[in-house]
Amino acid sequence: MRKALFPLGLGIAAAVTGVFLLLPLVAIFTRIPFSTLIDQLGSGVVTDALIVSLKTTLIAQALIVVFGTPTAYLLATRRFRGRALAITLVELPLVLPPAVAGIGLLAAFGRVGLLGSTLKAFGVQIPFTQTAVVMAVAFVASPLYVRQAIAAFEAIDQTLVDASRTLGAGQARTFWRIALPLSAGGLAAGGALAFARGLGEFGATIMFAGSFPRVTQTLPLAIYSQFESNFNVALAIGGLLVVISAVLLLLLKIRLGWKSSASTSPFLFARTRST
Amino acid sequence: MEVLSVDITVPLRSYTLDLAFDLEPATIALVGPSGAGKSTVLRAIAGLTRPSDGRIAVGDDVWFSSEQKIDRPPEERAVGLVFQEYALFPHMNVRRNVAYGGGGRVDELLTRLRIHHLGDARPGDLSGGERQRVALARALAREPRVLLLDEPLSALDAHTKVTVRGELRELLRELRLPTVLVTHDFEDAAVLADRVGVIVDGELVQLDTSDRLVANPASPFVASLTGANLLEGNARLNNGLAEVVLDDGATVFSTGAETGRVGVVIYPWEITVSRQRPDDSALNHVEGEITSLVTVENRVRVAIGRLTAETSTQSAENMGLKEGERVVASFKATATRLLPLA
Repeated sequence: MRKALFPLGLGIAAAVTGVFLLLPLVAIFTRIPFSTLIDQLGSGVVTDALIVSLKTTLIAQALIVVFGTPTAYLLATRRFRGRALAITLVELPLVLPPAVAGIGLLAAFGRVGLLGSTLKAFGVQIPFTQTAVVMAVAFVASPLYVRQAIAAFEAIDQTLVDASRTLGAGQARTFWRIALPLSAGGLAAGGALAFARGLGEFGATIMFAGSFPRVTQTLPLAIYSQFESNFNVALAIGGLLVVISAVLLLLLKIRLGWKSSASTSPFLFARTRST
Repeated sequence: MEVLSVDITVPLRSYTLDLAFDLEPATIALVGPSGAGKSTVLRAIAGLTRPSDGRIAVGDDVWFSSEQKIDRPPEERAVGLVFQEYALFPHMNVRRNVAYGGGGRVDELLTRLRIHHLGDARPGDLSGGERQRVALARALAREPRVLLLDEPLSALDAHTKVTVRGELRELLRELRLPTVLVTHDFEDAAVLADRVGVIVDGELVQLDTSDRLVANPASPFVASLTGANLLEGNARLNNGLAEVVLDDGATVFSTGAETGRVGVVIYPWEITVSRQRPDDSALNHVEGEITSLVTVENRVRVAIGRLTAETSTQSAENMGLKEGERVVASFKATATRLLPLA
């Protein structure tokens, strides 16, 4: 009897966790008839928000990849003073409350912000525009990509990089032909995580960009604006985001699983290295 | 005729690598215990490790010179470096691996190294010997002026190794490139290289042809590395001969001229094995039990106490030598050399 107590405890805890996590998701799809849910997706609010979300998240994603990949490569391949600090800085937005990110962006790029007068001199206004959405998303989602990219670059066998150099390839060619293809799986995983996080961005966006339909109102902001006036629309958007997130996660798992089973990295055959 | 000239100092964790040699188109093997700095020599020549001091040049082309402040990056040095584990790019097939070094002669090299049929295979699907040939083809595709091989045989199983070693020897003879190879195995070095350099703690203690190394080792370490017996004892002169009282109490006579603390060097093939003490000109007869019999190709290494004798497999069979049997090992005083140990 006593012996059964521990496994029983594990089972109960797991069951409570499972129900707790699953219940809200099930509720989204079952509270109203499924056909009604689908119908709501046709409403103007949803399509407008979907367009704003896709556009801003994709632009943010492109910026994250273009700037984050070289940054990660530098941090992964160079040893310098303050490197640990730099990595911490890059990771900071991950643990920062989104509201803090929002207020920080306002304080930097707002009308009375750090760069406010400079931007104004060039006739640029950022807060409460689509640019602000892109910046908020990039700020909050970038650490997920950069962290993963650093890990992926660090995992590359250094002798492959050395081999590339001795075969006549400079640093740039080595990056494109060796480092990038060998870390592609890790980069894609980081990209998927950052995309999912960016799509769900709420706190920093609402503070820095506001919630203007067709301009800055993304899907999460639309849920917030609709849940009092039209709960069914809010539910439909919720359902849509659940599906997108689930598909992303699934793709990620398939991709990572494929990568580990087909890996032919030479360190599998490594023996004691001579000096 | 291009000459690779190396004279470098590289500070390492526990000692400083400090060596110099000139190499015409021939093969030099650097042998030594692991951790002696052998691979660092190759990395320095290739430009992957920066010496603190010195000069590396091929002909008139200076690759590194601390004096002239020249340090060309690896991609600007025409070296073919074959890594210990071959470092083939896992995401490229054999053909693309080879073409990475240079696209001009891919087919010729694939054919020459007999891997043309493997062009579409991935490195992960190849055997150790095949991988080595791909690595060689890739290094040669770079049109190197210097070839560097890091433990070229260590990733291979014993069976493959003998074949691959023979092929590699032929290839190196044909290429006629200044070639530096690193190995911990003296036999590999003797087979593959024209000259063998012994490195201990970052220093080149002896550089010579392998047979001259065996015949005339500069230190006890070189002697043991080359496979010679090394017996320690104290020598004094007696009637113009050195009489060495070994640490285990036995006495050995040598025509060597050293006195005091010495190592007696005797090569296994200088020692004959018999059942009874022979009536011959040999001054040294050591009786002992056979502790092991090891066949190396067509020879048998017979361990008798601390001595190792070498006989042909034929004579070992004729005598019916067995482990545990008591025999007499005989060798001439002139077959021994004395190395000062103190």
